Amino acid sequence: MSEEKSYEEKLAEFEARIERGEKIEPGDWMPDEYRRQLIRMISQHAHSEVVGMLPEGAWIPHAPTLRRKMILIAKVQDEGGHGQYLYHAAESLGVDREELIEALLEGRAKYSNVFNYPTLTWADIGMIGWLVDGAAIKNQTMLAHSSYGPYSRAMVRICAEETFHYKQGKEMITIYAKGTPEQRQMAQDALNRWWWPALMMFGPHDSDSPNTPVLMRWKVKTKSNDTLRQEFVNEIVPEFLALGLEIPDPDLHYDEESGNWIIGEIDWDEFWRVIRGNGPMNRDRLAARREAHEQGAWVREALEAYAQRQAQAEKN
Amino acid sequence: MNEQVQQALMERLVAMADDEVILGHRDSEWTGHAPILEEDIAIANIAQDELGHAIIWYELAEPFTGNDADSMAFFRDARQFRNVQMVELPKGDWAFTMMRQFLYDAYEMTLLARLAESAYEPLAEAADKVRREEIYHYRHSSTWVRRLGLGTEESNTRMQRALDHLWPYALQLFRAMPNDSTLIEAGMFPDLAEMRAAWEKVVVPYLQESDLTVPEVEPIYAERHHHTEHLVDLLADMQMVARSLPEAVW
Repeated sequence: MSEEKSYEEKLAEFEARIERGEKIEPGDWMPDEYRRQLIRMISQHAHSEVVGMLPEGAWIPHAPTLRRKMILIAKVQDEGGHGQYLYHAAESLGVDREELIEALLEGRAKYSNVFNYPTLTWADIGMIGWLVDGAAIKNQTMLAHSSYGPYSRAMVRICAEETFHYKQGKEMITIYAKGTPEQRQMAQDALNRWWWPALMMFGPHDSDSPNTPVLMRWKVKTKSNDTLRQEFVNEIVPEFLALGLEIPDPDLHYDEESGNWIIGEIDWDEFWRVIRGNGPMNRDRLAARREAHEQGAWVREALEAYAQRQAQAEKN
Repeated sequence: MNEQVQQALMERLVAMADDEVILGHRDSEWTGHAPILEEDIAIANIAQDELGHAIIWYELAEPFTGNDADSMAFFRDARQFRNVQMVELPKGDWAFTMMRQFLYDAYEMTLLARLAESAYEPLAEAADKVRREEIYHYRHSSTWVRRLGLGTEESNTRMQRALDHLWPYALQLFRAMPNDSTLIEAGMFPDLAEMRAAWEKVVVPYLQESDLTVPEVEPIYAERHHHTEHLVDLLADMQMVARSLPEAVW
């Protein structure tokens, strides 16, 4: 007669598997807290992709060449696709997309703060590709090593596509930084507005990030917020400087000893204010998602009715 | 090729490109706002294809117009565009967009099948290539017509309303341009009267099977140089960045 294992025994086995570098799969035993944290992270990530379609989508009508227009549509389309795989990854944990979307539309779910800032010129499209997608890739490359199999695999696929977004953004800003004085000014202005929101994407300081310890212990995350942010700053600062663009941080300096570019203090009041829903575009973004959802209700009902009709016809 | 044929061919190619670029722009307006995420993805794909086709037709016309695709799309005014009015109408609801796409896709399939036999070899080759993508568009839009036509009372009402609105506009697709007869004689472009019959043979029974009624109305009275106010707004949106710095490389 086999004894039912105790919670402690199951937990020990689970942690040993993670320690050995095994992936946890949907049917496997996992602590409730692991499941809860993953649902929170993956759904926030999925919402970020879907809401993230809006700021860039706003410039599809204004793209200055047919090629740029097609690339931008493809990019926003990819974000929709990423939302789709991530909702699937979340569904593998026993929630459904509809309830997650409902939480978003009711303002109960979070998504990346960066999408609550407005896109104001065409150069913002290049800067988002380079800077914002660059920051996202940094985070996602780390998450590709995540202990949860479906999340890790979604990240591998997403990173491959994001790399293309990053390249086209960098290509654009490089052209504009070397272009007409107006283009150069546009690129600088875009950097001025997107620099800090991009750095905030890595989340609060490790000391203010209550979820980090447990996420790192279970290898959902393998690097802390501050570590990732520093790696990103070190990579991107020399690239902007090489183009003759100015980083909007008077305290930025190179530290010989550590080899790090040290940034000034992030405006954490702004960070928390935007998280609480009081950023420049929070209301507008949610209103746009709600409108699409409500105006699409009759379409979804019709699909349902048609599917039932087909099923009935097959029975007869 | 004599000058008369060149002129006629240029006019037709530009008209085809203008239809595609304007429809592609309208379709792309749904990206991020579609009724389900899967359709954000699908309509974005269709929009890219339509813009890609526009580039193909503009480039085929380039030896005659002397302008590249971007100059044609971004540096002409509404009065110079030769698209039909159907494609410039605002995107409306999902029923309107899908009905427009269906009527247009069926027209394009009919047209491309004939252009693949065109005596102008570059056009025949391009048509054959574009046709392979259009098959997917037609499958997508026709499936939506069926599902919404037979879905709920509301979806049927919306589709019928879209059809009533769009049908007279769709018929403009079959109005000849002044120099078409030159092209027909040269075996380069099909006869639109024959094409309309072939198109109706496809769409009318399909609409009826989808519980929709084709209205008995005359086509709108418009040639391809006649436009609605909507085109002016659309071009203001589309051309603003390109025209703000006409010398810049983007």
